[in-house]
Amino acid sequence: MAINVRVPQPLRGLTGNLSIVPGAGGTLGECITHLEANHPGMRARILDDAGDIRRFVNLYINGEDVRFMEGLASPLKDGDEISIVPAVAGG
Amino acid sequence: MSFATCLRCRECGREYALGPFHVCEFCFGPVEVAYDYDAIKKVVSRERIAAGPASLFRYKDFLPVEAETAVDIGAGYTPLIRAKNLGKALGLNNLYLKNDTMNPSWSFKDRVVAIASSRAREMGFTKLACASTGNLANSVSAHAAAAGMEAVVFIPDDLESGKVIGSSIYGPTLVKVRGNYDAVNRLCAELVSVHEEWAFVNVNIRPYYAEGSKTLGFEVAEQLGWRAPDHCVVPIASGSLFVKIRKGLEEFAKVGLIDAPRTRMSGAQATGCSPVATAWEEGSMNFRPQKPKTIAKSLAIGNPADGYYALCQLRDTKGGCGNVSDPEIVAGMKLLAETEGIFAETAGGVTVASLKQLAERGTIDPDESVVAFLTGAGFKTLEAVAEALDPALVIDPTVESFTAAYASYRSLEAAH
Repeated sequence: MAINVRVPQPLRGLTGNLSIVPGAGGTLGECITHLEANHPGMRARILDDAGDIRRFVNLYINGEDVRFMEGLASPLKDGDEISIVPAVAGG
Repeated sequence: MSFATCLRCRECGREYALGPFHVCEFCFGPVEVAYDYDAIKKVVSRERIAAGPASLFRYKDFLPVEAETAVDIGAGYTPLIRAKNLGKALGLNNLYLKNDTMNPSWSFKDRVVAIASSRAREMGFTKLACASTGNLANSVSAHAAAAGMEAVVFIPDDLESGKVIGSSIYGPTLVKVRGNYDAVNRLCAELVSVHEEWAFVNVNIRPYYAEGSKTLGFEVAEQLGWRAPDHCVVPIASGSLFVKIRKGLEEFAKVGLIDAPRTRMSGAQATGCSPVATAWEEGSMNFRPQKPKTIAKSLAIGNPADGYYALCQLRDTKGGCGNVSDPEIVAGMKLLAETEGIFAETAGGVTVASLKQLAERGTIDPDESVVAFLTGAGFKTLEAVAEALDPALVIDPTVESFTAAYASYRSLEAAH
């Protein structure tokens, strides 16, 4: 299944400086497990000790904030693009 | 010389050099500028500050920039007004307004951009960029022009014309993004990895940028005669301003310029974008992001980056959070203008309406010294109030025509 994961600058140390890496899995949670297998350390950056999405990390599937979807249980399909984006202040 | 020492993660405490970084590489927590307060304490005094320029650079000892090379177009040092008329209308006997509509680009964003643009130039950047609800884009465009830098500013495509023209006049590359602010923000958070040579003031320069907001706390304390107010009422968008105003008061106390503040901090949000107010009402420290729908577009951030810290501050200082409807916002703008002669933008309407709500609920004590922060000027959001105001009398250039029109207007007024 072709799923792309967009990796922000602060995490590229884990991906050999790649900005896009392939993902896999039926849900977002499974995809993070898959990312961890290929890029050890990734999971701890995205999820906290309780396994929830860290407070200052935003995850998007095709541009939609997964907090408006089913969080880590959000389903994935072929062609989806996941973005990992640190929270940003502003206005 | 700046007294900034490093960047420190607010969550895990890891330290980084003073570079263009905004998140902790380990936990993604926001990093914040740390200072050598002992060194500041040795040099700073009320007299030294009072002898400084009539801009926020009078507080240079507390800022992460070299004042000598700063981009100073006059941001800050705005009036603090004793608002007796509005106070009377709201039953508040000791009300002050911090009139930050009187900044070079007519919003408090000049404070954060003065610091961000100065620091960006120091670090060798030649291009300033930002994700904005409008005011920030205005300020980045203005500061870039004065600093001889290029500007690329990103805004939602549905902004008021005053905020669009208020950027384009300074000659930036103005980019309207189809989507709301949260979409613009996400785009810029991704673009910062594509264009590492650009200074996105509220992304990779954010730690420096955010420090500019502290100066509102400094100024209020200085203008009140070197003391902290009992209570502040502050509009909340990302939550950064709300948190930094109190940080300013605490820093002044830390170096002995004022007594330790016991200032309660209350927030102001529009119901159409109220993630912090809603979480507060529900007693939760975790807000749920919202899809904004309000006329207060400068506060329309559905996923506030500092929302968690804003909630912590509400809890720790025993504040409250206003949650006001669009009609209340318009009424707040009118009340402010009609009582104090100040025309603030929609965010000011949110603040005044929240002030009213918090006073009615008893969250604000009638005799407390309260400072409400007016963060942007009304000419930026004319559309929001235009239809709610009385139309002009249109007459022929004769005394008779005026007399008839004025009499008819007066009788309509009396009927209301």
